[in-house]
Amino acid sequence: MEQLLNLFVKAVFIENMALQMFLGMCTFLAVSKKIETAIGLGIAVMVVQVITVPANNLIFNHLLREGALDWLGMPEMSLQFLGFLCYIGVIAAIVQILEMFLDKYVPALYNALGVFLPLITVNCAILGSTLLMVERDYSFPESVAFGLGSGFGWALAIVALAGIREKLKYSDVPEGLRGLGITFITVGLMSLGFMSLSGVSL
Amino acid sequence: MSQVKQILLTPLFENNPIALQILGVCSALAVTTQLSVTLVMCLALTTVTAFSNLFISMIRNHMPSSIRIIVQMTIIASLVIAVDQFLQAFAYDISKNLSVFVGLIITNCIVMGRAEAFAMKNPPALSFLDGIGNGMGYSLVLIVVASIRELFGSGSLLGFQILPLIENGGWYQANGLMLLSPSAFFIIGFLIWALRSVKKDQIETREFRMAPHSAEEGAF
Repeated sequence: MEQLLNLFVKAVFIENMALQMFLGMCTFLAVSKKIETAIGLGIAVMVVQVITVPANNLIFNHLLREGALDWLGMPEMSLQFLGFLCYIGVIAAIVQILEMFLDKYVPALYNALGVFLPLITVNCAILGSTLLMVERDYSFPESVAFGLGSGFGWALAIVALAGIREKLKYSDVPEGLRGLGITFITVGLMSLGFMSLSGVSL
Repeated sequence: MSQVKQILLTPLFENNPIALQILGVCSALAVTTQLSVTLVMCLALTTVTAFSNLFISMIRNHMPSSIRIIVQMTIIASLVIAVDQFLQAFAYDISKNLSVFVGLIITNCIVMGRAEAFAMKNPPALSFLDGIGNGMGYSLVLIVVASIRELFGSGSLLGFQILPLIENGGWYQANGLMLLSPSAFFIIGFLIWALRSVKKDQIETREFRMAPHSAEEGAF
């Protein structure tokens, strides 16, 4: 349990998806102008992350990895080269199912997440944490903790950036830096701040 | 001919995918600590963009628009698998170094973005060139960032020592910050500033304008 908690804390602060691993930057920069939308997107990423990372973990461990197809009588078969195609397919399918499920049973949340759900399929933070999970060979419980932590860390970062940008629009920024430029520099400073948390472990 | 030149060259400065369109930023930041790794990544991305544009453009008239995203995804993912297998076979060390970022070309917005915006509307040959052009625009930014980071971070370029380090009896004290993640954000921020100081039309409009100082206006 302690190990899982440690993995979670590490994924949130030390290996923050957005600020240290640079994943999901496109949406991170594009959809961080308002706090409300940032919170919506953050929650959506977190939900999808918690479902897709363990799902892909099961697929990797029981279908793709070398020796996983032992029960079919093919102990030496390794389908790892099909990995990318499977993971992105699983992510796209889960996002689609989640969208239909929310639309039917939890319309309030569906309306709150709105346009962000379909966008998430191409968010590199989602595919990135799946690939990291495969590379680091996490077990199933570890993948749940990692998925939750990386999603939460990303959400935390985008909400924080949106808060800064809401205030930043009143400041007098040099012409060429206006908009994208100053956002990059702000994110750089945030990343410096998060670096001070490195070494934290439970 | 002029159209070909235009398609190839506009993504370099006029419409740079990273600096203006905010596409494909993730990998631009993560793989730029060493120039050699960056060059491989640029090559991989340019190849994938060019060929995905080519294939998507070839079947653009036969694809029902409701399933086009998943078709594009499949084409892109297959190309990335090919590139990844190639790298693992012929450049294993570099492929280890790039770790998850080769796989992340699938979700790199440049590939998807160009497929949607260009390849769906244009013939195959032009789409192929557009892919190469955008790949070059991406590579340009990455190579500049990687050169700065490797030169000042470890005093070398492509592994050759340019600035002799103090540890080895030279005069240059390596700047460790350059190898850490925040520096990548700063460098790209300043690059955008430099680009926009030259190309004034790319400057973004102000969201909020301060009211002029009332006393000043009334008094004079």
